[in-house]
Amino acid sequence: MKKLRTRKHTVVLNRSVGGDAGITIILILFGLFMFLPMYYVVIQSLKPMDEMFVYPPRFYVVKPTLKNFANLFTLMSDSWVPFSRYIFNTVLISVCGTFGNLIFASMAAYALAKIKFPGRGWIFQVVVLSLMFHSTVTGITNFLIMSYLHWVDTYFALIIPAFGSTLGLYLMKQFMESSVSDAVLESARLDGASEFYTFINIAMPMVKPAWLTLIVYSFQGLWNSGASIYIQSEQLKTFNYAISQIITGGVARAGASAASTVLMMIVPITVFIITQSNIIETMATSGMKD
Amino acid sequence: MSDKTAVAKETKRAVNRKDMTRAQWTIHEMKRNWIAYVMIAPFMIVFCMFTVVPVVLSFILSFSTFNMLEMPDFIFMDNYIRLFLDDDIFTIALQNTLIFAAITGPVSYLMSFMLAWFINELEPRVRAVVTLIFYAPNISGAVYLIWQVAFSGDTYGYVNGMLIYLGIISTPIQFFQNATYIMPLCIVVALWTSLGAAFLSFIAGLQIVDRSLYEAGAVDGVRNRWQELWYITLPSMKPQLMFGAVMAITGSFGFGGIVTALCGFPSVDYAAHTIMHHLEDYGGQRFEIGYASAIATLLFAMMIGANVLVKKILSKVGE
Repeated sequence: MKKLRTRKHTVVLNRSVGGDAGITIILILFGLFMFLPMYYVVIQSLKPMDEMFVYPPRFYVVKPTLKNFANLFTLMSDSWVPFSRYIFNTVLISVCGTFGNLIFASMAAYALAKIKFPGRGWIFQVVVLSLMFHSTVTGITNFLIMSYLHWVDTYFALIIPAFGSTLGLYLMKQFMESSVSDAVLESARLDGASEFYTFINIAMPMVKPAWLTLIVYSFQGLWNSGASIYIQSEQLKTFNYAISQIITGGVARAGASAASTVLMMIVPITVFIITQSNIIETMATSGMKD
Repeated sequence: MSDKTAVAKETKRAVNRKDMTRAQWTIHEMKRNWIAYVMIAPFMIVFCMFTVVPVVLSFILSFSTFNMLEMPDFIFMDNYIRLFLDDDIFTIALQNTLIFAAITGPVSYLMSFMLAWFINELEPRVRAVVTLIFYAPNISGAVYLIWQVAFSGDTYGYVNGMLIYLGIISTPIQFFQNATYIMPLCIVVALWTSLGAAFLSFIAGLQIVDRSLYEAGAVDGVRNRWQELWYITLPSMKPQLMFGAVMAITGSFGFGGIVTALCGFPSVDYAAHTIMHHLEDYGGQRFEIGYASAIATLLFAMMIGANVLVKKILSKVGE
């Protein structure tokens, strides 16, 4: 991402003042549309009770407080399943699922991108095809498979399918193809290095942005997973599920629900801020050729 | 690895392709690259179990009466006939899904591209912040429920409060219980959360377009940024455009969860009932798996069809 076009440079090319102004206005309008709801949730979570229902609604807070967050924990400690259990579930599912996906997908991505074995073309076609439909299609029959495996109402039902998630594999494979040079791998092979050795010691260090991206995508998906048809026991349900229960609690819990939403979104957003440049770098190779 | 095996590997490599039939060559290559199959196996096993098998299984079950209790009967196309001729609610669902997908898909796609294109010329640091602002709703989980608060039916709903304050209405509107407002509102919220992988892919794609092309274009008579976009930027971004389209299509058919969260399930008068909800209704609640499988198979066919169509359209870009 070093080849950035600076403002000075573009003025030389075809740019009109009117166009620039128009674009700025559109950007500001869209920015407000995207940003205000997020901003409002954060502000709402910091408001004391008496400011929360001021009419007309305020987009600022006079006396910020963390009481809503404290209330959230009190509220949660009264629940039948301890609050910490929901957090534990979400963390466990996210971490295990992401780890498995990273290992499985990067191994497969290396083979698909760098070893010329018969069948790799159509295997990749199937992977691409799987990106083209939403997982609701497979929900019902997946339930049959889960019950056949006796995985209904276990962590496995949420963790194991994540190992085979294809978006990460796709991005990793595309990135490896363009940024790991065949010449380096070939010379390692001639020196007698095994494929596993070149994979771990040569290819993987060269594709750090791709595995960060895979981790972020996989983690975000799992972190935000809510109620699932595979899980019935309350003690196996996720943080997101618990929060959605609070949010539907209505006006009386407006403060706690805003606080919980903030807690929920803070993790993926922080992760994205840290990894943004790596993700964009990976996305540069995300293109699909026919 | 010892020298001996390395040498052995080299002699193997020297086998001449012309001496063999195609099948023999394939088998030879498979043996030589056996390690690739080992590396790909763990992923493919999980992928097949939870993606390939379910799709195939639902295709097969869609021709049966399977309901998890009785022995399934093979009834050929009856499930599909029932869907189209006997199921009024499916007709509504189909209509809603098509409207939903036809609006959110293209709009979110264009929005992703235009915004990515607009912010492309900003300072890198400013661009990073703007990217975050646009992308945040996509990754923040249940934060879209704020829209429910904003449009809630009592006077605490900000929109109702505002409208009453301004004297436009005298009683609050039950936005999420009113068939007229449900669909447009859900579409707005869906669009709000829709700047995802496609958006990031476009941002990245715009960054790597060869700069010298723009200079060459300016010399060759490209007059404004729109011509630049059409003749230079878009053609060099075709792969990203395709990836973005795939993501947008998948997303536009997958908003069922948001709709359920906002308007409940089933929604009033089935005003926001989509095929995803119909599937959930028959598969997850009534356990008519055979019938639900027919719905799932149709949904699958619709998404793949949309992808094929869009691919055709995109191949015309820049020509």
